[in-house]
Amino acid sequence: MTKLPNILILLATVGAVFGAGVFHGIRQLFGAQVDLLPALMVYTALSSGPPMMITVAVLGGLLFDTLSANPLGTSVLPLLLVGFLVQPRRDLILRDQTYAQVVLGLLASAVVPALSILILLTLGHSPSLGWGSLWQWVVMSVGGAVAAPIFFITFGWLNHALGYQRIIETSFRPDREIRRRRNSP
Amino acid sequence: MFKRPYYIALALVALLTLLVLNLPGSTAARLKLAIGSIFLPLFGVTGAAQQATAKAGDALLPKSEFIRANEALRRQNQELRFQLMQAGETTRENIRLRQLVGWNEKSPWKLKLAHVIARDPANWWRTVLIDRGSRDDLRENMPVLTPDGLIGRVSAVGLTSARVVLIGDANCKVPAAILGEAAESGIITSAGRFDGSFVNLTYLANRANLKPGQSVVTSGLSAIYPKGIPIGIVADAHSVESGLYIEAQVKLVANLNALEEVWVLFP
Repeated sequence: MTKLPNILILLATVGAVFGAGVFHGIRQLFGAQVDLLPALMVYTALSSGPPMMITVAVLGGLLFDTLSANPLGTSVLPLLLVGFLVQPRRDLILRDQTYAQVVLGLLASAVVPALSILILLTLGHSPSLGWGSLWQWVVMSVGGAVAAPIFFITFGWLNHALGYQRIIETSFRPDREIRRRRNSP
Repeated sequence: MFKRPYYIALALVALLTLLVLNLPGSTAARLKLAIGSIFLPLFGVTGAAQQATAKAGDALLPKSEFIRANEALRRQNQELRFQLMQAGETTRENIRLRQLVGWNEKSPWKLKLAHVIARDPANWWRTVLIDRGSRDDLRENMPVLTPDGLIGRVSAVGLTSARVVLIGDANCKVPAAILGEAAESGIITSAGRFDGSFVNLTYLANRANLKPGQSVVTSGLSAIYPKGIPIGIVADAHSVESGLYIEAQVKLVANLNALEEVWVLFP
């Protein structure tokens, strides 16, 4: 059952990419699609070890590029960089605090698309960019900022509901209990 | 900080990613298709759920609504049959005249219906995935339309799905002409706007007499798009590059944000 959190994260990775390709509510409302992978990467980096972080970056990046017109592998490196920056500092980050989750989600969601576009331009591709892209960048960043604490809450709830409950050990032992009795005369 | 094996693993993954990024186009496309097959069952489930929702919606509609819709469609069908009768006569006359002049006969359009199954999750590309592929004889560079007008062309083909690059994407440039007295031709390019309902018609001659409301259609000056497919309506025009040429903003007639069913045009 210790693998349950990892399985849930992998399922969420596939779901995040599929959802971004199939559900267009946010795109129609705000003119930009929100990418949930950077926020998920933040959660993974703060809650799992490096192997899981690398797996999510590779799987998520490759799946995203498959649904997108990006060359295969474009999204892997930016996601990996986010994980690489967050993971070693996980003990210094107040990961249980909502504001820390929001700030990390915001930064990750701002950095990943910017780096992806940088890679595309370096490889000689010409993505559709204009002044409208700035607005899309803002929507993606804010979307990631909102998504990060939602991931923390949802995974916390799922792990609590589906995983084994943690045994709380107390110092009380019934066999060592001192039974006080009134001495009979 | 990380342990040494993790640094090695990270470096290996980064190296492999760089290798994948530099793969030849055909190998990368094949790899993309193989990885994309993970989504096939999910697309199936989504399609079935949408059909079930639509059926449930139909079941909830009152019978009188269906009768009214049926009556309207019957009337529209009769009008279209009259128009077809008239167009048939014009077509026959056109063929006769073409034979007299010695021009090649124009073949009628062959269309195949396809459903949009996904949109590009990246905001910097304007592409959609459709549920037709090489199994349905789709090939690259086939024009894709809706009943309103042109929406793009097929850019990559898999066995059961294909990618359509939409008008307004940097990789979809369409030779277009303005109908009417202006009769100028130019190239449709991206307008850089995020809503995707506007494109630029650029490289128009300086003398072009442009007015808002003029129709823009494909000019036929390419091997991909046949002549006369509606694209949009001129919204605005301005001189660029110190008056070297004119650029017009064109409002697309097809709504690219609400694509569900599209038609692939076979040559």
